[in-house]
Amino acid sequence: MTEKGITIVGLKKRYGSGDTAVDALKNVEMHVAPGEVVGLIGPSGSGKSTLLKCLGAVIEPTAGQMMLGDDLIYDNGWRVKDLRALRRDRIGFVFQAPYLIPFLDVTDNVALLPMLAGKPNAEARKQARELFKALDIEHRARAMPSQLSGGEQQRVAIARGLVNRPPVILADEPTAPLDSERALAVIRILNEMAQKFATAIIVVTHDEKIIPTFKRIYHIRDGVTYEEKGEGRSFE
Amino acid sequence: MISLAGRDIMHSWGKFVFTGMGLGLLIGVTLSMAGIYRGMVDDARVLLDNSGADLWVVQKDTLGPYAESSSIYDDTWRGIRSISGVADAASITYLTMQVRRKGVDVRAMVTGITAGGPGTPGWPPYLIGGRQITRGHYEAVADIASGFKLGERIKIRRNHYTIVGLTRRMVSSSGDPMVFIPLKDAQEAQFLKDNDAIREQRRRTTENSAFNRPGVPGLLDAIIASQSVNTYVNAVLVRVGKGHNPDKVAESIRRWKRLTVYTRSQMEEILVGKLIATSAKQIAMFLIILSLVSSAIVAFIIYTLTMGKIREIAVLKLIGTKNRTIVGLIMQQSIALGLIGFVVGKITATLVMAPIFPKHVLLEPLDSVFGFIAVVMICILSSIVSIRAALKINPAEAIGG
Repeated sequence: MTEKGITIVGLKKRYGSGDTAVDALKNVEMHVAPGEVVGLIGPSGSGKSTLLKCLGAVIEPTAGQMMLGDDLIYDNGWRVKDLRALRRDRIGFVFQAPYLIPFLDVTDNVALLPMLAGKPNAEARKQARELFKALDIEHRARAMPSQLSGGEQQRVAIARGLVNRPPVILADEPTAPLDSERALAVIRILNEMAQKFATAIIVVTHDEKIIPTFKRIYHIRDGVTYEEKGEGRSFE
Repeated sequence: MISLAGRDIMHSWGKFVFTGMGLGLLIGVTLSMAGIYRGMVDDARVLLDNSGADLWVVQKDTLGPYAESSSIYDDTWRGIRSISGVADAASITYLTMQVRRKGVDVRAMVTGITAGGPGTPGWPPYLIGGRQITRGHYEAVADIASGFKLGERIKIRRNHYTIVGLTRRMVSSSGDPMVFIPLKDAQEAQFLKDNDAIREQRRRTTENSAFNRPGVPGLLDAIIASQSVNTYVNAVLVRVGKGHNPDKVAESIRRWKRLTVYTRSQMEEILVGKLIATSAKQIAMFLIILSLVSSAIVAFIIYTLTMGKIREIAVLKLIGTKNRTIVGLIMQQSIALGLIGFVVGKITATLVMAPIFPKHVLLEPLDSVFGFIAVVMICILSSIVSIRAALKINPAEAIGG
């Protein structure tokens, strides 16, 4: 395993210029190791979403460095030509709502990513099904998203985030629409998957129910991150 | 790679099918409009074909007998018959009028044909029932589209005629069914005045000192007699003998008879290029309007469908879907909608509109091919707005905040 999680050094993001410039991120320092799940917590307007978009290669930071494993992907400018391929192959996303494609069944929702990466359909579906067992959605493989419960949909979304075995997964409030029991179940699954696939997972959350489960938490306030040791409680 | 467009269509097939059916009705009207134009051209050609003529001799400097009125003497045919290369010549009259049948008017082109037999220029070339006209007066052969039946009596002006034969596809260039009657009756019908008008004319002639001369007995009676007969026909139809060049025969007639002569190709040009030109322009305008409306509808539907998938498209972009896959998704859906519309439109035009339309609707396969290409092109162009909108969707929209 050559991937070494994700490392961010001195990341900055400024919107606008001159008198109207806003520094959304002033100094972000983070490191998440493979197999680790960390929380990213902060009040509204603190820069959480901006940071997630920068990490997701959706918007370009203004300055700083980002390393994915051994690869420097941002150093005061993108070092990767194809950001689409970067997002597809090396970054997994889990959203607040599952955002599954409504006209694809569970298998194809997950298999779509390897298909987009050029894998044959059969191989991509096999890759997807391998995850279903671990996420306990094997029996829903042919179901349409509208036929799934909220918890099942979120597990399919996690499978989609994991299917290409990315070194990092960005989870944007993945437990927001779930009750306590299901929220903890999702966090447990994320932890299991992080361990199983040596994936670094950053969970942006406001959810008081799950915050105590993190062993390490990054607080973000006015665009600056502060690291804190978490409680690391069990998921039961 | 799976077809995202196909999956989306299968997932919401009801929406696509019903939208496609609505679009199909519009395409059906468009195809029917093209069919109406083709029908008009076909009617014009059928009119020329069925006349059995190679040349049309008409009043000098007119575009008669179909596009303009034309009057020539009814004995002109004799002189023409004697010109070298002329195999047969016959006078003919055409008059579009209301023919009364059991108190209901039927618009028809009443055609006066000379005595003769089948094969005489102007005669209907074949019958589907009954017989040809054998008597000099008050018999008629009608096109089946008129609705007349064998043995039925119809009224043209003040006279009654018996339908003795029925024919098919004998229509004027505007699609009115033809009714054939003897030439003398047709001449009378063209110029026949009511009794009051005849009395008034006689009174005026009698009071005219130039005609009513005491020293010239018989002059007044001769003038009044000449006023009550019609010695004119609209045209002479000429059939050219085998081995003779119609253009040369036409030139001889122009030179010696000082009349205007049209060949088949010239007459076709008059009918198609002049007589139905205005209708053709109107139909062309309708076709353009319908195409624009179809484009707007397809564009609106596809735009609405695309805007309904903003979040999905943002997710697709975020997870690394290439732009060409998203373009393909939208364009394939647009084309699929057009295909559904075209199939429904073709069926509607062929099985519903053409049979019930009161004019001859000729749906030519080549027009369908062009229609199909046009529909596909319209769908591709209509999807451009949606594609632009989809490509502008920021993948960041999938991430909250």
